[in-house]
Parts: sequence; C-alpha cells; structure tokens
Amino acid sequence: MSEYAIEMRGITKTFPGVVANDTVTLQVRSQEIHALLGENGAGKSTLMSILFGSYSADSGQIFLDGAEVFIKNPNVATALGIGMVHQHFKLVQNYSVTENIVLGMEPTKRRLLDLKSARAKVARLSEQYGLSVDPDALIEDISVGQQQRVEILKTLFRDAKIIIFDEPTAVLTPQEIDELMEILRKLRREGKTILLITHKLREIKEVADRCTVLRRGRYIGTVDVAGVTEQELAEMMVGRAVKFEIDKPDQQAGRVVLSLKGLEVTDSTGLTKVRDLSLDVHEGEIVGVAGVDGNGQSELLGAITGLLPLSQGSIILDGKNIERYTIRERIEAGLGYIPEDRQKFGLVADFTIAENSALKNYYHRRYTKRFGLLDFSAMDGEADSLIEQFDIRSAEGAATKAGSLSGGNQQKVIVAREISLSPKVLIVAQPTRGLDVGAIEYIRRRIIEERAKGRAILLVSFELDEIMNLCDRIATISKGQIIAVNRQDEVNEYQIGLMMAGSRAEAAQ
Amino acid sequence: MTTTKKRLVDNDGAVSVLVVLMGFLVGTILVALVGKNPLNMYKALFQALSGYNIDNGRMNVRYIAETLNYSVPFILCGLSMGFAKRVGLFNIGGEGQYIMGLTLAQTVALLGPQVVVLHWILAILSAIVIGALWGGVVGLLKAKYEVSEVVSTIMLNYVALYLSRIICLQLPGATTYKTANFPTTALIENRFFQTITHNSLLNNGIFMMVAAVLLFWYIMEKTSLGYGMRATGFNKDAARASGIPVVKSISISMAISGAFAGLAGGIVALGSFKYGRVLAGMDNYGFDGIAVALVGNCTALGTTLAGLLFGLLKNAQALMQGKQIPKEITFIIQGLIVIFIALRSALKLYQEYLDKRQLQKEVGVK
Repeated sequence: MSEYAIEMRGITKTFPGVVANDTVTLQVRSQEIHALLGENGAGKSTLMSILFGSYSADSGQIFLDGAEVFIKNPNVATALGIGMVHQHFKLVQNYSVTENIVLGMEPTKRRLLDLKSARAKVARLSEQYGLSVDPDALIEDISVGQQQRVEILKTLFRDAKIIIFDEPTAVLTPQEIDELMEILRKLRREGKTILLITHKLREIKEVADRCTVLRRGRYIGTVDVAGVTEQELAEMMVGRAVKFEIDKPDQQAGRVVLSLKGLEVTDSTGLTKVRDLSLDVHEGEIVGVAGVDGNGQSELLGAITGLLPLSQGSIILDGKNIERYTIRERIEAGLGYIPEDRQKFGLVADFTIAENSALKNYYHRRYTKRFGLLDFSAMDGEADSLIEQFDIRSAEGAATKAGSLSGGNQQKVIVAREISLSPKVLIVAQPTRGLDVGAIEYIRRRIIEERAKGRAILLVSFELDEIMNLCDRIATISKGQIIAVNRQDEVNEYQIGLMMAGSRAEAAQ
Repeated sequence: MTTTKKRLVDNDGAVSVLVVLMGFLVGTILVALVGKNPLNMYKALFQALSGYNIDNGRMNVRYIAETLNYSVPFILCGLSMGFAKRVGLFNIGGEGQYIMGLTLAQTVALLGPQVVVLHWILAILSAIVIGALWGGVVGLLKAKYEVSEVVSTIMLNYVALYLSRIICLQLPGATTYKTANFPTTALIENRFFQTITHNSLLNNGIFMMVAAVLLFWYIMEKTSLGYGMRATGFNKDAARASGIPVVKSISISMAISGAFAGLAGGIVALGSFKYGRVLAGMDNYGFDGIAVALVGNCTALGTTLAGLLFGLLKNAQALMQGKQIPKEITFIIQGLIVIFIALRSALKLYQEYLDKRQLQKEVGVK
C-alpha cells in the first residue's frame, strides 16, 4: 500500500495558447485535508478537472493508493471513489434533497423508483457527518450553505473516499464558513481524504494539514501547514513578498454626493429584488455594500447606472435627480462605473485600447471633429498616456485589442477610463475578482487614491476582506434590503456575517 | 513559417481570397467531372473580365462594361447587408428594400415631372428614401420591442414583392409583366459610356455606387456615428453601459442599410430597363448581397471586390453557354464560396489545434 491516497505525477495539460499545467506533481496522503493553493489561472482547477476526469492530461500519470488509474471521464472518477463539490452547484431547484442526490443513479425495486431506501440512506449519512439536511426539503427552499451540504451528501451517497472542494467558501457567509470547516474536519475523522482548492490563506491555516502550491501552471512545493505562516504561503503563491494591508489614511468625509432614496427594483420576471433601499455616499468616502451574491446587488447597480429600470424611489447625484436620465446623461452628470462583468459590460473586446478608452466620451469635441470625423490620433494620445499612468501591459500599445489583454490589464483599462473621466461618484463592483495579487493591490490602491481626491465611491463586493480593507462605512444587504449601515471600525466580520444572513437583532448586540 | 500561416488565418481578407480560390477549384473539378473542358470556363471568365476573346483574338470592351454594370446591384446590396452586420444585425431584407426602391423609382419615373436631370434624381432619391424606411421600420421594431430583425425582414420581403405588383399594375400602360416606357428624362443612361463600350448598359449608377462605397467607408470607419455602431455590433451590453444610444444606432443602421438596397433597386430600374417591370418573382440581388458581404467581410473594400466577382460570374454565364459550359456552374461556384466562408471558423479551430500541438512540443509532451 502506497503512502499516498492520490498521487499525480508529471501532469501536463495545454490549451490553445496556454500551458495550464506543466509537469505538476500532487501527493495527497490518506485521510488528510490537503489544500491546493494558487492564484487565478495557476492551474488548480485544471489539475482537479484532470483528477475528476473532466479533462484528460496531455501527459502524466495518476495513482490511487499506489495503483495507476486512467480516469477517462467523471463516471470513472465516481466509480473510483472520487467526488467533487463544484463551486457552482449542480442542483435541480424544484426537486427535493433526496431526489437531487439520487439523480443519475436512481435506486429501483422491481423496476420502480425506490426513493424510500434512498431517503433513509441520505438521512443516515446526514446524521453520521453532522450535516443536518432535511432529505425532503426542496432545494429552492434551503440556504446556499445547505445546498452545498447536499452536494457533499451527493458524493458521500456515491461512497466517495476522496472529496474535492472547488473554492467552497466563495458563496458562504463567515458563519457558514465556520460550519463548513467543522464539516471538513468531521469528514476527515470519518476517514475521507479531502482536497481543498482555494486562494484563501486563512482557511488553509485553519483546517488543512498540508498544502500544495501552484504558480502559473507549475508545481512550487508542498508544505506542512503547521510549519508555515500565512505570509510564507502568500509568497509561495505569488512568488514575491506581498503586502496584505493597504495604507488608508484617515480622512474627513464631505457633503453627500450620491443619495439613494427608497429604491425599488424588480427583475425581468417581476420579482422585487431591491426594496425600500436608502443610502448616502459622501465626498471622499468609500461605502461598501456587503452581502452574499444574489441579494439584490446587481439590481441595485443596474438601477443606479440606468441599465435596469427603477420601479420606485429617487437617485440624487450632486443635487440632481438622475433617475429619469438616460445612461449617457448619467455619465455626463458625473457617474463612473466599474462593472462586475468586465468583459460583458466594461469593454469591447474587438476594440483597441485606444477605442475602449474613448468609449464613454468619443462624441466629445476632443475626439469628434467636423462632419462627425473621429480624431483617432487624439484617441491614441489619450490611450498612450493612460497606458503610462496605469501601467497597462500590452503587446502593441494603444493599438492592442482589449480582448487579447490579461484580466488584470483589462481591468486596468476600465479603471483608467473611468478615473480619467473624473466622475463625482464612482460605482465599483467586484473590482478585483479573478485578478492576480499584483493587480489586486494596484486596483485597490487606485480606489483609495480616488477617495483622497474627494470622489464618492460605492463599492459592491462579495469578498468581505475587500470590504473591510477599503471601506469607511459598510452597508450590509440581505434580500434586497439594507440591514444596517456601520462605520468600518465599529463592526467585525462576524457581525457583518450575521447581518448578511439577514438578522438585524443579533448584529445589534 | 507557422507565424505566417497564423497571420494568414487571422487575416480575414486572406481567408476570403483562399475561400474564393477553393470555390473555383472545386467548380473546375465539377466541370471536368461532367466531361467539359474547364479551360473554356476560364476563357469565358477572362473574356468577361478583360473583354478579350482568347479563341478568336478579338477585343470588346463591352464585356468589361457589362461586368461592371452587373456588379453595381451586387455591391450595393452587399453594402446593405454589411452595414447592418457591422452593427450586429442580420438584414435578410435587402431583397424587400431593393424591390421597394425599384418600385418607387419606376413610379416616379412614370408619374414624376419630366424635367431634365431633376426627374431621375427625384426617382433615385425616392428609391433611397423608401429603402431607408423599409429597413428603418425593422430597426425600430428591433430596438424598441426586440422583434427579431431576421423574421421581420423576411416577412417584409414578401410584403414588398406583392405591394410592388399592386402598385406597378396601376402604372400607365401596365400589362401583367411591364409598364409603358419611361420618359427619357427618367433614365440614368450615360451616352459617353454607351459610345465607348459599344452600347453596353453601363450607366450613371456606377458613380452612385462608388459614392455609396465611399460613404459606407466614411461613416463606418471614420465618424463617431460609425464608432458607436461598431461598438454596438461587437458588444451591445458594453456599448449600452457606456452610454452609447444603442436603440438609435440600431434604427439608424437599419435605415442606412435599407437605403443602400433601395438605391440598388433604383439603379436597376432606371439603368438596365427602359420600361417598368411588374415583378413576378424576386431579382435575388438582395439575397446575393448577403453572400457578397460575407465574402467581403462586411468592409467597404472587401464588399466591392466581392461584388465585382459576383458581377463577373453573372456576366460570364452567357459566354460560358456559348462555350458549352452550363451556366449553372457560376451558381455552384457562388454556393461553394458561401459554404467555404462558413468554414472560416473551422480554419480557426484547425489553427488553434496546430498552436496547441506546437506548445505541447515545446514543453516536451510526447
């Protein structure tokens, strides 16, 4: 019997234009919680997809308990006792927990569906691992944390010995994260081997035994978690020294620049996603909207920017009611927007950097001359200066197509454009999602600089760290309502977590 | 070597040339397969292109002029398709817009004031305006109510055809297939062209076509209007979020698109015929325009070249028949070109596959 439950040797996987894994090694001992750490694009997900059979490696070998295996597809992985809890759950909303769990391997008795024995097994597993999931509840009625447990039960139901968790805490509140950590420990006690994909160092320190670090598709090393600090892990991940905290000088906020009053927004299906929401943002202040994804944040952003219709309420920007303004009029009134989905809403991928940086003001005198003629050299000039100021790395300068830039540089193009328009109010949504550490630091520093210039900034983020780090005041949103607005220094993450789950009373304590 | 190949695949123009060559290659094989001499096909094409008859050594510029004249509606309808496509719209209604342009030009030609120059200008302008309206309505429906432009343009093609019949049957001297002759003030013939090209049908329409090509290029590539439209075509969401008036872009682009096709109808009506036609079926320029634009990558220059090619093929048909080559071969070549154009993405995939293999070799995968 081998020392390792899983051993992946010399795994290489290429995609057009990218080497996702370059002779990567992974050795996971039996019954340990093994973290796989790396930045976005480091190759973690690719490696796990290979282990789970979703991709096949170009070269390399996989051994389970010392015996070489060939995992052609996820069914083979399942048969070998490998289960995966995906970041985006794969559940049928209007099916019960039990029905979801048996989906794909429905138990039958005399050729008829036998849910009763399945239900019993689900209940027993839930009990055994302390998951406390009601087997009869409908998925649409249970919380995100509970849905994740259903995914865990799915793997247990299929007798998984190895369970892969892909960024499991991304959608959870701090409380739910604590509970998940407890579940992971319980699973280990019950003899399961856990692989935890993450880029959150704190979770690794808290729960993992050992940690393998990947950087740009390469294997960097495997360490005992107990023997390293978070700082050391971060340096392994990034390849250089990292600064966690951002210097944010104290600053007096000025007058109110953006005032939201009694906003109500309904989505395309007629559901009310934001109700009676009021919030003020002052000059030189960053107000954060904290909340779990899907609690009305995107509808709120849509209503402010004009992308979605507002059913009720008023939006006052620097004394002017802008709720009836067109999108262009709002921009002219001084509203800047760094959207969450930068490729969908932020950039035209087929346009050059120059064309993208003029996207919001191309019709101004500066660029549009007589007969509607565009002054492309003025555009190039502006783009060159932005490239310089914002350190945008590109192959062909201003003439580079935005689509060919890395995620971090795409975001820099958007940030550069929005900042260069000198907005009075800057709406920022998930500004660092999917970026590498260097770009994250840079973008955050720029946002702080805008605060120093007296801009009013509204930041929506699902990363509580980001909110705590950047914001002066924090508005916690749950089910489309603001639960409370607190000064950053008077709340902790735990209290915000409670409010994110919707309980105002507990937070007040 | 690999980089040159990659650059070729990335270059849309090069791909189009390749596609056209492939179309001809397969067409040649087909001709050979049915037992005819492919050389005769090329002789016909050469004659349509240069006016020179290789078999008897005679030169006749008339063939060049006819090729040019045939190209005019192809190019204009290609511009129509291409303009909308650049804004992210699929205008299948070029045919309907063309028919409306043709109908109104005929109506004004027969009923309008017979004043020199003014008469034909009025007729052509009416053709442009009705084409713009016919397309603009679709744009408005699409922009305001999200009505699919594909469906509405197809429907409007039939409305245009039958409306055209109803109108033309009311015109002076109308029989079931033609009206009375146009007054000469309505014609856009060019005496000078006729003299130097042995009475070809080449007319002033070619100047209008050239103006249209330049206008297309200018609006699309040079103006802020075109910039907003291209942004809308590439990424409607980002355009909207950036404050670009997407609704306006879409409506205007469909109107401009329709105007090109309407102009094509006007030019064919007043340039190639001396009387109004009561259409029994479609002329298909509008539909061929789709292929022209696709081959031409929806750019002004590309569409012009592709339109000339289609005009050349059409003019060569009669010459081919004279050389015992079935004229249908030109349709087959056109069809093949369109099919190969559709394979463009397959070519890209193949390039990606090669890139991947190259990368694997570099990192040492066996």
